[in-house]
Amino acid sequence: MDFLRPASWDEALAAKAEHPTAVPIAGGTDVMVEINFDRRRPEYLLDLNRVADLYEWEVGTDTVRLGASVPYSKIMESLRAELPGLALASHTVASPQIRNRGGVGGNLGTASPAGDAHPALLAAGAEVEVASAARGTRLIPIDEFYTGVKRNALRPDELIRAVHVKKADGPQQYAKVGTRNAMVIAVCAFGLALHPGTRTVRTGIGSAAPTPVRATAAEEFLAAALEEGGFWDNGKIITPAAAKRFADLCAAACNPIDDVRGTASYRRHAVGVMARRTLTWTWESYRGARRTTEGAA
Amino acid sequence: MQADGAPTKITQGARTKGGIGESTLRPDGTLKVTGEFAYSSDMWHEDMLWGQILRSTVAHAEIVSIDTGEALATPGVHAVMTYDDLPTDVTHYGLEIQDTPVLAHGKVRHHGEPVALVAADHPETARRAAAKIKVEYRELPVITDEASATAPDAVLVHENRHDLPQSQLRSTGGTPVAGHVPHPNIVHRQPIVRGDADEAARRADVIVKGEYTFGMQDQAFLGPESGLAVPEEDGGVHLYIATQWLHSDLRQIAPVLGLPEEKVRMTLAGVGGAFGGREDLSMQIHACLLALRTGKPVKIVYNRFESFFGHVHRHPAKLSYEHGATRDGKLTHMRCRIVLDGGAYASASPAVVGNASSLSVGPYAVDHVDIEALALYTNNPPCGAMRGFGAVQACFAYEAQMDKLAKKLGMDPVEFRRLNAMEQGTLMPTGQPVDSPAPVAELLRRVKAMPLPPERQWESSEGPDVRQLPGGLSNTTHGEGVVRGVGYAVGIKNVGFSEGFDDYSTARVRMEVVGGEPVATVHTAMAEVGQGGVTVHAQIARTELGVTRVTINPADTRVGSAGSTSASRQTYVTGGAVKNACELVREKVLAIGRRKFGSHHPAWATAELLLESGKVVTDGGEILADLADVLEDEAVEIEAEWRHRPTEAFDRRTGQGNGHVQYSFAAHRAVVEVDTELGLVKVVELACAQDVGKALNPLSVVGQIQGGTTQGLGMAVMEEIIVDPKTAKVRNPSFTDYLIPTILDTPTIPVDVLELADDHAPYGLRGVGEAPTLSSTPAVLAAIRDATGLELDRTPVRPEHLTGTA
Repeated sequence: MDFLRPASWDEALAAKAEHPTAVPIAGGTDVMVEINFDRRRPEYLLDLNRVADLYEWEVGTDTVRLGASVPYSKIMESLRAELPGLALASHTVASPQIRNRGGVGGNLGTASPAGDAHPALLAAGAEVEVASAARGTRLIPIDEFYTGVKRNALRPDELIRAVHVKKADGPQQYAKVGTRNAMVIAVCAFGLALHPGTRTVRTGIGSAAPTPVRATAAEEFLAAALEEGGFWDNGKIITPAAAKRFADLCAAACNPIDDVRGTASYRRHAVGVMARRTLTWTWESYRGARRTTEGAA
Repeated sequence: MQADGAPTKITQGARTKGGIGESTLRPDGTLKVTGEFAYSSDMWHEDMLWGQILRSTVAHAEIVSIDTGEALATPGVHAVMTYDDLPTDVTHYGLEIQDTPVLAHGKVRHHGEPVALVAADHPETARRAAAKIKVEYRELPVITDEASATAPDAVLVHENRHDLPQSQLRSTGGTPVAGHVPHPNIVHRQPIVRGDADEAARRADVIVKGEYTFGMQDQAFLGPESGLAVPEEDGGVHLYIATQWLHSDLRQIAPVLGLPEEKVRMTLAGVGGAFGGREDLSMQIHACLLALRTGKPVKIVYNRFESFFGHVHRHPAKLSYEHGATRDGKLTHMRCRIVLDGGAYASASPAVVGNASSLSVGPYAVDHVDIEALALYTNNPPCGAMRGFGAVQACFAYEAQMDKLAKKLGMDPVEFRRLNAMEQGTLMPTGQPVDSPAPVAELLRRVKAMPLPPERQWESSEGPDVRQLPGGLSNTTHGEGVVRGVGYAVGIKNVGFSEGFDDYSTARVRMEVVGGEPVATVHTAMAEVGQGGVTVHAQIARTELGVTRVTINPADTRVGSAGSTSASRQTYVTGGAVKNACELVREKVLAIGRRKFGSHHPAWATAELLLESGKVVTDGGEILADLADVLEDEAVEIEAEWRHRPTEAFDRRTGQGNGHVQYSFAAHRAVVEVDTELGLVKVVELACAQDVGKALNPLSVVGQIQGGTTQGLGMAVMEEIIVDPKTAKVRNPSFTDYLIPTILDTPTIPVDVLELADDHAPYGLRGVGEAPTLSSTPAVLAAIRDATGLELDRTPVRPEHLTGTA
């Protein structure tokens, strides 16, 4: 196994172009597990730890450009206001040691349905910035990023540079079920973001289908229900029937399997419960914020 | 002096600093916390090779061929060994039945069974070479449960059992074979019959039946199996090893190597936890074989994945129980049948069956019982010793039964238990009287009387503190669906090896003057696995010899056997041996004193003399001499064996017999909060009351109780090795999917320690380590039942079981 150590982003892209089978490694929290268990023996490891750009983030007017290697602990500390859903998801990643090493780039590169960041990125409507030496940079909408079980839309010569996430324009929530109270791989997870600016709602579901997915039917139902009732403006409480319908549609968006971590039936059920609860939390937060704004005006 | 196990009449008291009863600190504590302690996996030797084991990828198969050619040809490989390379005709080992092949011969019987060995100059080279060994398997149907084990056409897991009379070796079909096992796929069976359960059942006003399932728990010790075998010039080998019983290992290793025991030297290496999982051999023989074959030191270290295959687990069990009670709440009878899955090899299964059967009633007075416990041979992973040893599975079931009975009778579950609690003098189902304090009712009263933790602790002015809620930081609830439940359980565990086993220990104690100060040196073969024996032995020496400086020598086989660090026995038995050896040394020291100074003071001849704080004193406190002056250049050293009271075998047919040495009791109250919609559980508090007879080191005692309690919690809500019933292969051999409690899963554990002396035991002490593991699991289950109203007849309970989505 050859260990490639580019010192800059350009060197990294050149190395990836020269060795398209090279497996990028940053925090190593996914790749090293695969190697230690002998599930994978890549010909080349492409070490990105010297590429300082990957550890930086920029908060723009509307968007956060989050470097692929920014560790989860930094997201929790520094981006709670801008990316509340992703910050909550970061809290649920493994242990403090792993959160200090792992970043969103690894979750995206591995594209496991159990990656904790995915539901939050789906709900927020992120774009993945990838680059190659030959073709330069392109942005892949998160909805087109996950192409199969542990497969993504990257081409062999491409590396993940960053993820662009819109700054939250409304409340976001994230919940994850595991069979212990910390340091656990998701049995299933759910992310929800309200986008009052566009009067839309976005969701993300983890570990309950071959890829991370959105519950688009649920989103459309909820957006229509909110619009119809004038909820965005009048801030009324969402009826239990509407919340239940939303939860049922989220559960229906799952296509889970039975495995050692849980049954398919449980996953569907739990996604429904999380959908209902996170809807309540985000909507209550939205109503609260609205009241505060009105009071101030 | 105390060969019959009777307690000594002279008690030295605790007037020497650092003696018994004080919470002296562990000598290895700081090193372990700071990461400086050398565990067995940290060992290194100039020129050493690394051993690797090739394990079976299937659970049950004939081995058609093994091709080692390519592995042997790998540069850096020094040796490849299979069954055919074993040096003697002793090719099997085992704790009780020698049925475990050192390397598979013709057949593999479980997933992960050792098939071949490689030694190479680098661990990665060894691993890759092992992967190049080609093994052709012809798969056989797997035996996975009682039905498949005893089916008319069942394949015999062991086709030639040596431990059974010839008449029992035929395959099934027709009538069951007579004798203590009805089928060759049953390792061991123990019925116990006392009174007349049928007749008593007719007097019962209520009868409660239950079928319970107990999952397969792993010891999950943090330091994986490892050791270093160094060949010696005399043709022998020195093995540095993390184990629970050096001499038991030695007895099994030496014959396979074809060496006399004195040519196999063993030294205990740093042990990273054990919990029963190191009672059986793992890589011991393999490392020695490779070292002797290559003439070089060989180190073997399992990784976590291999560790899951490298040691036995706790027996999973199916338990059928029937209890009856009168309207006023007195138990009339109990019938039960306990089927333990022993997996492919016997390990400690016979003794586990003995415990499960004899402790199946729990700490209750029941005069009419009809009990059967048995262990199967299957192609599942081998199961053997784990903290609680057969008593754990039974406790889960009988405590569920107690709650069902109380509910049916409309009684409080604690009051119902107290009404039926055993006490001193109660007869065990084996007919053995309980002849020391059995404060079962008092322990229950104490846990119930403890204040309950406040409700809704997650509420704060800044919103819900999710760390206090089910799901923790995963943020699954802010209080929605959360219901509190409270549950109780109490258990009984035997202490020491039972059923007539010669359960002795040996201690060598030396006393001399170093730098003008008397110093005691204690040498035993006791395996320190974290239980704190090294602390307690020093305390005993201080108390008995009146010295402050005590050296604990490394444990090795240059001293006699200390027996196993298991069965909650080491403080009792090796502690007893150290106390005994100290007393013998003390007598000699006093004899020297009398010889030298007897004429100086009449008290040398007339008074009861004690050694305290470096001096010889009378029981009235008068100082007669400095120990330094008594001993001068003389060293007093004594090695002696010590035994507790003998026990008897259980009658094969009736189970009657004085089989146990001592009992240990603990009670728990669990307070849980359950997210009833998501099926997630937060254990809020696990209060424990335990009688320890005498707390030699109160801090260690509380640590043991909290550790055992937490291990029981793990069994209640998360810990389970999942075996595919179709293939008998393990599905979750890693800490990614075999979950053990994190600190966020670990509740507050208030501990109430009782000290009611057992007059038969040294200092009146009672073994501590296992009892809390028994009652913790059923208490949590009872609390979850209380919160959810569900029956819950299996453990661990998973979210699916609480949400109807299993």
